[in-house]
Amino acid sequence: MSDTRVKKAGGKESGVNETGVKEAGVKEAAPQEIRTSPEGKPVEYYLRDRFMPHIWCGGCGHGTVLNGLIRSVDELGLKKREIVMVSGIGCSARMAGYLDFHTLHTLHGRALAFATGVKLSRPELTIICPLGDGDALAIGGNHFIHAARRNIDMTVLILNNRIYGMTGGQYSPLSGCGIDASTAPYSTIEDAFDTVTLATAAGATFVARTTSFHVHELQDTLTRAIRHKGLSVVEVLSQCPTHFGRKNGNLEAIQMLKDFRTGTARIGSRQLENNPGLIPRGIFVEKDKREYCDHYLDVIERARGKSGASR
Amino acid sequence: MASSTKNRIDSIIINQEWCKRCGICVSFCPKKVFEEDDEGTVSIPRPEDCIYCELCERLCPDLAITLVPKPQDSGDPS
Repeated sequence: MSDTRVKKAGGKESGVNETGVKEAGVKEAAPQEIRTSPEGKPVEYYLRDRFMPHIWCGGCGHGTVLNGLIRSVDELGLKKREIVMVSGIGCSARMAGYLDFHTLHTLHGRALAFATGVKLSRPELTIICPLGDGDALAIGGNHFIHAARRNIDMTVLILNNRIYGMTGGQYSPLSGCGIDASTAPYSTIEDAFDTVTLATAAGATFVARTTSFHVHELQDTLTRAIRHKGLSVVEVLSQCPTHFGRKNGNLEAIQMLKDFRTGTARIGSRQLENNPGLIPRGIFVEKDKREYCDHYLDVIERARGKSGASR
Repeated sequence: MASSTKNRIDSIIINQEWCKRCGICVSFCPKKVFEEDDEGTVSIPRPEDCIYCELCERLCPDLAITLVPKPQDSGDPS
């Protein structure tokens, strides 16, 4: 793989050659540089680089979320075989294809149903579900609230770009009021779900929101979410410059990222206190509650005990 | 202090095959290490100004940027 990559190193003096960076086309490119331990090169280690460059548009925030997720998994020291990524349909769902974990690319909105099956049969595995806003809360809304109610141990990542990007820019349940979309040429008249409130009310035991601009916060939040035992919901505000941006003020990715910077504030911060109109970021819920698989294993043991006693 | 910070990066690598020329790295680098030409191709005219904030590496939606720290700093990227 490494020989196909074009690398440009801004080295000072001899720095370029010392790092082992080879010119494109050189066959013997040091495998050590590309396939080292997860600590050294997480992107190369966890990514299926044969599918790169990815299909997401230039400036799409989903790539940044993928970037953050890789670093978070690396920080946790998880092995590829310990993770199952289950996705549905949409731009967000493509993430499963790019990561070298066990991956399932399933039906639109039904990722959590498949993930529930995986988790119940192999509770020792770490489950991560990257969902889009439409995937998670429109067609998958019921799966979402019931997974939250059960408190089954998995991490639900909601990549909220407020639009159906893959199918041509239809509005979603998270678009909000007054948004132009291909199915709302005179702008939307529906309010959006508040994902955080919805997940909290449905019973999720870890609920957080961050953005694709706050990259360090993104990594920390994902790390805590994956570590949490129970259903973790992380909403990541992500930019779609192609469909959302173009139809709503001709916004480009850079401007949308700047809007995330100015339009959001940490919960508990003075900035949010003084500007209650800002979108709050941070960890809203983090509590202990009995996890679904533990309950279920108990039921199995009780059932076996009973049937054993009756024999 | 400043000089030791500035010298923590060995090199900055851009994978031009993965880069989609969105300009996010150029726009958000606090030290203006990157530049883009008329077609959006990114170059690194000032690598020595890099303060290793990692913003470009993590913000890059195409995962096309790799920062290579100097060996002695590799365990402490903060």
